[in-house]
This record gives sequence, C-alpha cells and structure tokens, in this order.
Amino acid sequence: MKSIQVSTTINGDPVEFLCTPDEPLLDVLRNRLGLTGAKEGCGTGDCGACSVTVNGRLVCSCLVLGVEAEGAQIETIEGMAQGETLHPLQRHFIEKAALQCGVCTPGILVAAKSLLEKNASPTDEEVRYWLAGNLCRCTGYDKIIEAVQSAAAEMRGEV
Amino acid sequence: MRKQAGALGAALPHDSAPLHVTGRAPYVDDLKLPGDALHLAFGLSTVAHAEIEALDLSAVRAAPGVVLVLTAQDFDHVPDVSPVAGDEPLLADGTVHYLGQAVFLVAATSHLAARKAARLAKVTYRERPAILTVEEALAAGSRFETGPITWARGDLSTGFAAAKTVVEGEMEVGGQEHFYLEGQVAAAIPTEDGVQVMASTQHPTEIQHKVAHALHLPMAAVRVEMRRMGGGFGGKESQGNALAVACAVVASRTGRPAKMRYDRDDDMMITGKRHDLKIRYRAGCDAQGRITAMEVVHLMRCGWSQDLSLAVADRAMLHADNAYFIPNIRIESHRLKTNTQSATAYRGFGGPQGIVGMERIIDHLAHATGRDPVAIMQANFYAERPGGSPAKASPGVSPPGPQDISAKLKGEVQTTQYGMEVEDSVSGRLVGKLLADCDYHARKAAIAEWNAGSPVLKRGIAVTPVKFGISFTLTFLNQAGALVHVYQDGSVHLSHGGTEMGQGLNQKVAQVVAEVFGLSARDIQITAADTGKVPNTSATAASSGSDLNGKAAEAAALTIRARMAEFLAGKYGVAADTVRFKGGEVLVAGESHAFARVAEWVWQARISLSSTGFYATPKITWDRVRGQGRPFLYFAYGAAVTEVVIDTLTGENRILRTDILHDCGRSLNPALDIGQVEGAYVQGAGWLTTEELVWDAKGRLATHAPSTYKIPAVSDRPAIFNVALWTEPNQEDTVGKSKAVGEPPFNLGISALMALSHALSFCGTAYPALDAPATAERVLMAVERVRHG
Repeated sequence: MKSIQVSTTINGDPVEFLCTPDEPLLDVLRNRLGLTGAKEGCGTGDCGACSVTVNGRLVCSCLVLGVEAEGAQIETIEGMAQGETLHPLQRHFIEKAALQCGVCTPGILVAAKSLLEKNASPTDEEVRYWLAGNLCRCTGYDKIIEAVQSAAAEMRGEV
Repeated sequence: MRKQAGALGAALPHDSAPLHVTGRAPYVDDLKLPGDALHLAFGLSTVAHAEIEALDLSAVRAAPGVVLVLTAQDFDHVPDVSPVAGDEPLLADGTVHYLGQAVFLVAATSHLAARKAARLAKVTYRERPAILTVEEALAAGSRFETGPITWARGDLSTGFAAAKTVVEGEMEVGGQEHFYLEGQVAAAIPTEDGVQVMASTQHPTEIQHKVAHALHLPMAAVRVEMRRMGGGFGGKESQGNALAVACAVVASRTGRPAKMRYDRDDDMMITGKRHDLKIRYRAGCDAQGRITAMEVVHLMRCGWSQDLSLAVADRAMLHADNAYFIPNIRIESHRLKTNTQSATAYRGFGGPQGIVGMERIIDHLAHATGRDPVAIMQANFYAERPGGSPAKASPGVSPPGPQDISAKLKGEVQTTQYGMEVEDSVSGRLVGKLLADCDYHARKAAIAEWNAGSPVLKRGIAVTPVKFGISFTLTFLNQAGALVHVYQDGSVHLSHGGTEMGQGLNQKVAQVVAEVFGLSARDIQITAADTGKVPNTSATAASSGSDLNGKAAEAAALTIRARMAEFLAGKYGVAADTVRFKGGEVLVAGESHAFARVAEWVWQARISLSSTGFYATPKITWDRVRGQGRPFLYFAYGAAVTEVVIDTLTGENRILRTDILHDCGRSLNPALDIGQVEGAYVQGAGWLTTEELVWDAKGRLATHAPSTYKIPAVSDRPAIFNVALWTEPNQEDTVGKSKAVGEPPFNLGISALMALSHALSFCGTAYPALDAPATAERVLMAVERVRHG
C-alpha cells in the first residue's frame, strides 16, 4: 500500500511522517514517531489507554487514522509536562498513589486534562462519568478520582 | 511510629510513578528492537476439538512480509510450553483441544502483516465431540488425576444429627479474564551464546527454563530480563511461556530479533482465565448458629491442559472453611478436563472460589434460620489464640462485641480441616470493629425500613470476612534470592527475584534495604528482574513477593552492613554492634561519617561490598496427598461491608457504599497496601457481578473484548469507599512484621454478591440462590424466583 506524507503538529512541534492510508494514529505515534506513552489496551476504542487529543478533542488514537492528523494539533502524554515541570494532574497522580501498573495512566491523564479544560470544577460524578471510557484494572479508581479533584482544586488556585 | 522517613513503613508512591505519568516507563512492547526484527502471530484453531486433516499454508507463506511459517511438523520435538505437566505443545500436534489453540506460527516484517497472514490458512478439521461443561466432563470421566480429591475431618452423620437447620444447594460461579491492560508480550534477541529474552512475565525463571528446553540449550545460555509488567494478576505466571518460546525459536532459526504480542481479542481467545466452577453444598447448624456439619463438592472446569489447576483446586479446598471452625467437614474436588482455554492462576489462586462457597452457605443458613448472617459468622469464627494476640491491640480497637461468642472458645487453639493450628485469628475483633465503624446494624435496620416503602428499588447490605493462607502450597517454591551491591560512592544497586507488575514490590523491597543501611528509598537503585543476577526464582505469585524477596534482600543488605560495621569497629577500636546506620550517616565512636565515605573506606580496605541474600520460609510442611500439615506460614485477615441497590424491574444494580478493614500486619508502605486493597476489592466485585464469560455451543468464547466483557469502570466504583488498615504486627517473623496483601483483599468483593442476595431477599420468601456473576439478567431472574418461591 502506498504511503502518504502527513504534516501535523504534535505537542506543539511540527512533525512530518509517512504512513499508509489504513494505519491507525496510535501505530504512527508508537512505531514511527517513538511516542510510546499511548498504549494499545484493546484496539477497539473501549479501554482508553491510547487517548490523545486531536484539535482539542479527546479521542482513542486506535480509532483515528494517521492521515487524519494532517494539519491537526495533536497532544499526547509526552507533551503534558513542561520540560521537567509536571502538570498538576501528573503530580497529584504521583502523590495520591493513583496508579499501579501504569499502562492506563497516560490515557487517564490525557482524558482528565481534557475534562478540566472544559470543566474546571467537576463533581465527583462528572469525573467518574467522563473517565468511564478509561479502564484501569489495578487501582479500583478511588485514588484516581481523588487525584483529579485535588489537581483541579490546585488549578483553580484553591490550594 | 517509624523514625526513618523514606524507609520501612513510609507511604511512598510507586517508584516508577514519575515515569508512568509522563509516558516514559518502557514496557516490553515499547522497547526499540533493531530494524530487521520479526513480528509473530499464531494461527488459531477455529474448532474446539478435532484432528487436523490437512493444513494448507501456501497463502500464508505467500502473504506480504511473511518470512517464516512454522507448524508442529517443523520440529523434531514440538517445544512444550506448560508450567508443570508437559502437556502443552507450542503448536497443535495433529489434534486441537480448544477453539483458540495455536496451530501454526507466522513471522513477518510487521505485527499487522503477521496477523493478516495468519488468517489466510486453509485448515481441514475432522471434528470430535467437544466436552465443554463440567456436567459433560463428569459424564465422560474427563478429568485430571484419577478421581476426585477428598479431604475430611470429623464425622458428618454425627454433625448433621446435631443440626437443627440444614440447607442444601448448588451455586454456579463464573470464571474471570485477567484483563491486564498490557497484553501478553515477549521479545527475543539472539546472542553469541544463546538468546536474551524480554518478557512480560511473573516468572522469569520459568521462561528461561522453557526457552532453554525448546532450543536445547543449558539454562545458563538463556537470559531473561523483566523490568515491569502492565498488570499480571496471575495471568502472566504461565500464560506467557508460548510467546517467549515462539520468539526464541524464531530468533534462533533466523538470527533476527523477534517480538510477539497478542492483540486483546487473541489474548482472550488463547489464554487461560480464572477457574469457573459449580459448588454443591449441604450444611447444618445448631440452635446457636454453630455449623455442625458441612459437605462441599467443587466441580472445577480446568480446560484442555493441566497448567496449575491441581494447585488451584487444592487452594480452593484449603479455603472452603474461610474464617470458620467447622468440626465435621468434607470437601470433594473434581478437576475436570474440558475443550476450553486452560484455566490458570488468577489472584487468589482458587482461594476465592473456596471462600465464596463458604459465604454462600453462611448466607443460606442465615436465611433459613432467620438470623443476621453476622450472627452465624460470629458463632463460628476461629477463636483467638488463648490469651489473645501477643501483640498490643491497635489503638481504637474495641473489645469483642456482646454478640461475639467466639471468645467462649478461648483456651484451645483450633485447627483447620487440614490440621493447621490457627494461631493468629483476629476475625472476631476485626469484624466487630468494622461493623461498629460503619454502623452496620443501624444501617441494616434503615435499609429494611427504606425497602418497605420502595416497591421497585431494593437495597441490601452484607459483610464478608476473609482469612487467607499465605505461602505457596508447593512448599519448595517458598524461597527467594537477592543481590545487593554498594558502590564505592555509596550508591546501592538492588536486584531480587520478584517481578514488578504494578503492585509496588520494587519500592517495598527498596524500603527494606534502605532501612538496613539507614538510607532513604530513593538512594536505592531498583533494577529489572534478571535471571543472570538472581537465579532459580519462584513466580511472583501467591501474594508472596514482598515476604520472600524482602527477606532475601534484607539478608543481603545485613551481610554488607555487618562487614562495614566490622571494618569501622576495627578502625575505631569499638564493638561492631555499637556502629549505627541512620539518616544517611554512619555513627561510630561518637563520630558521624557519610555512608558514601564509609563505603569508599571499606572498598579501599579490600572488603567486599556485594552480597547475595537468600530466604526460605520457615515452619511450613504440607502433605498434599493426605491433605494434612501446615501449608501456610500465617493467615491474612480482613472484612468488608458492602451496600447495594437493585432495580427489581430490570435487574440493574449498583454498589452504593463499601467499608473495608484489612490486615496488612505492620504495613511496609500504607499507600501501596491501600492501593492493593482497593484494587483487589473492585476486581473481586467485578468477578462476581459484571464480568461474564460466555462460550457458545461450539466452544467459542463470545466475550473476547472489552466491548462485551465488562470489567468495572470508574463509574462502577462505590460512591462511598472507606478503606482502613488493621495494623497489628504479624505474629510471625516476616519482613518488618508485615503481611502479604496481593490476594487476600480480592475476596472482600464477595460482600457485593452477598449484599445483592440480601437486597433480593426483600422481594419474597424464597432463598435467592444467586449465581455468579450476578449480572442484571441473573438478578432479574432471582427476583422472579424469590417472588414466586
């Protein structure tokens, strides 16, 4: 299958890559660009481990084609920290022990950041339903909700 | 309280957390392999039981990117990938035994190319009758071992004669897919002597052993490295062997690196799951609620190969009593062979299957006698050791409540049905405290009142206590090794035989080593499990990771510390036992020196700063054939109270609130331990409520993706979730007086099933007899059953 050249922006940097027309964005990120933070948990858009944003919209990158990145702004977990300075969500996930094996963590962080950009003061229930597309098998989710809420409070300047 | 910040007992985050949150923690599939690496996929059987008549792989071989295709015919001896019995050929050798079995292996230039090619085979099968259910297996005599295993104590007829109430029933309990977020994956790189393997495995030594055997190499020529898994839960104890062996075989034959990962659907079709089973039971209690007799039959569906099923079924039998002393008891266990995936280790390893049967009996007896299940529990808990715990009670622990009549049995140490003295029972006090803390009795009364005014929604509440035995029941596995180096700059390198799957084992073991050297955990460099550094390891399983490897690493660190202390003692003319290691400093003869400085001196004095450490669990002895002995060093305890609501029109249900009090001994790291307890509870509740495995009549697993197989989502987590640790130190000499935590709290999820049973009991008079998983359909059917008797 003939490859197509794609010009896009990933985490603020201009990026060009070649991919086949049927190649998922997740495979492009992981195999062609070395951005392995997004994980393939199911390949069918059910687990959320491959979450990224495309033009600010939260998507499962296993269900988006690489060619759809043309001209788009892609944000992945690798762009969440500013240099060595972690995003408040990242810090609170560490401090609250909101992770165990870590495979769901990048997707959950990307999804949570997307939530807080839309809703700076979500209720617990809003957090739970927003993140319901991100499966975690290890933690039981309790600390994840706590971490999102404490990060949100800090981002609102309440801490 | 602990003094050393950052060492034992500190609530530190997972050591890899900074990498996890930035997406930089490499898992096996993230590793960069050379550009000529091959990617592998299995071609899978599409029928459950058949002879392979013809195998036409010409289209597979001709597919784009395909480099190598292997079948059983390409080996003089097809490599075995089973953990014990030698009954799992890497590729089907003439006969397929389940739908999903690997028939051939494709190596191609990309993962997708290999998978696409694997679907192009033309296989002609001569189908044989498939045995899919436990009933079919029983009828056909299809089983492992020659007959059922039976362990018994006392006299059932006397026991039943003394009973005032007798209940009898059957319960179906479903299996469970592990659903580790990172699927099975392995990679192999040819080396000048043999092969190096990177695998997502709980058992690097077994991978090493199987790969060596497959390639006809000594184990010394195979090195297995395992930095981290994306979850294991028992599913990576034996089920990763096939991928690692496949990679090693291809690497060996082509001289190119090889990598294999299962896509989620393949993973669920190929790999084994928790054993599902049917439990038949009959039990009786006297007027005081004391169980006088109990007989239980476990019909375990083991799948096509033996895998670890015998040990799993044994552990189910060993937990058939849960936390209760039952004088007259008989447990019969059938290990049935079926044409399905080979059921395997899964968190609890049969224990939860045994415990859920016991709790069902308690629930049934409570219903039949009109008592609160708590009253039946309290009448039967193993008594506390005479004189109580040698340890001081936790602050705030209330004395046994007035209903706790287990205290009357003080004066004797009770034994389990397998003859082990229960010296550490705290069930009575622990459950008493939990019930008081969560206001169980008042809430239960309020629920009854609420239900009386609610025709459609019904609430329910239940408590489940847990007593879980800690040690491998295969006694020789209870050993571990570690390797610790102190470098001349004072930095410390730690290797041990355990594997990190998210549980935070490396952090706990680092804290143990830091405590010995008076350093903080961040001073300890954690490294990958590596068979080249620590040999002959046991699987990181049976909750034993920190118990075994913590002790081994502690021993290694103590050896080095003793050498450092002796050196200083000689230098300063003081006794070695006056040298103190504290806060990054070494205190000797009134002087304080940086740990790094002392390390440099010791090195210059030509004294070794490296040591191995070894640990073998003491006291345990187990005669599996007789079912007698002390298989466990100790028990871990816990209890949960769960409140649920059901919709009697649809069967839909929710967990509203959960309260847990769990025994981790003196916690090595409360943050990690609470994480284990919470995750285990939710996983246990998922097993018994939403996670349904469905096989069709041809033996095809129909629920092989998260679209149809529902693990709990964040929206399923209890809205109120209170978790506390019971902090009395372990009575046994474990590392830091801690207790194992991986599996025991999984059983707390049983309280969700029992709470649903309680909610259902408000629909009528008949016993709900709820099977698991209690999906909405099953709850709805139970509503009808209870209403119409």
